[in-house]
Amino acid sequence: MTHREALDVLAAHRGECVVLTTMGSIALWPAISDTPLDFAYIPSSMGQGVALGLGLSLATGRGVVVLSGDGSLLMNLGCLVTVANHPAPLTILLIDNGLYEVTGGQDVAGAGRTDFAGLARSAGIARVYEFAEAEAWRRGAAAVFSGTGPAFVWLKVKGEHGKKTPNPPRPMKEQILRLREAVAK
Amino acid sequence: MLEPATAVRHIAAAGFTHVVWIPDSAVGPWESALVSTPQLKLIRPCREGEAIGIAAGLIIGGARPLVVIQCTGLFEAGDSLRNVVHDLQLPLKLIVGVRSYSAHKAGKSTDSCPVFTEPVLNAWKVPYTLLAEPDEPKFAAGVRELASATGSRTLLLGE
Repeated sequence: MTHREALDVLAAHRGECVVLTTMGSIALWPAISDTPLDFAYIPSSMGQGVALGLGLSLATGRGVVVLSGDGSLLMNLGCLVTVANHPAPLTILLIDNGLYEVTGGQDVAGAGRTDFAGLARSAGIARVYEFAEAEAWRRGAAAVFSGTGPAFVWLKVKGEHGKKTPNPPRPMKEQILRLREAVAK
Repeated sequence: MLEPATAVRHIAAAGFTHVVWIPDSAVGPWESALVSTPQLKLIRPCREGEAIGIAAGLIIGGARPLVVIQCTGLFEAGDSLRNVVHDLQLPLKLIVGVRSYSAHKAGKSTDSCPVFTEPVLNAWKVPYTLLAEPDEPKFAAGVRELASATGSRTLLLGE
């Protein structure tokens, strides 16, 4: 499946969840959804998207979906253990393209060989899913978003070369302000 | 001497809602008091940079977290700290234990932790107060100062 196809399925199922995008997803998501519940984590600290989403979910009790790249998750694998042990309505969507896409398409460590679903299960996350085809993700998404507690979804997408570092849809200060107002309602 | 229950009582009284911590040997004894204080939720991440990321999400969500870590973790967490304090401009509050501080001051330690802790905070432009010998009055005042600061701030505890 393509990265865009993976995000289109999310858009159809996210409901009132906050969607926190990182890295390559930031370039695609605003064209699909740009509401106050959409937060583009840029400028970022690479690997901290899941942590940010967990904190937001714990503070508000609201469903949060974090779109993480494989390179980002590998920088902070311990977050899977943290998420498993702090039950919150947090869904991690791993966009696995095997590449550091925004830096020119270099391979990440263990590209194509790492069992991310196995890592998530071993960390203690009970609801773990994996999809390599868009149609399977479309069929399975309802189960992902109807469950309770943390979920980990491994989405294997086609890597694309020539991508640039995305720009934020608006300044960070404005993003935080409108997200705060949205989650306070 | 700062008793664990006393330290935690002052943290709760200052209005913090969550403690996001990775303990060291000095603050580790606070654990049972943290767990049994109903005003505080204890969050246990795996790395200090992650602790700061979680705190950022809590702040955006309306909570008042306190990150409690050792200086070694502060060194590890630099990029996360930079991002939360300067890019996101969130009021991050930390208590950081300075390993070997007393022994270093007495010339009895070669541990490099006390050498680098304050320069690292200065480099990241995070204001701090250092309690060389934390006792209850100093700690209580330090925690109140931390909680009332409008921007990011750190309370360093000499160990």
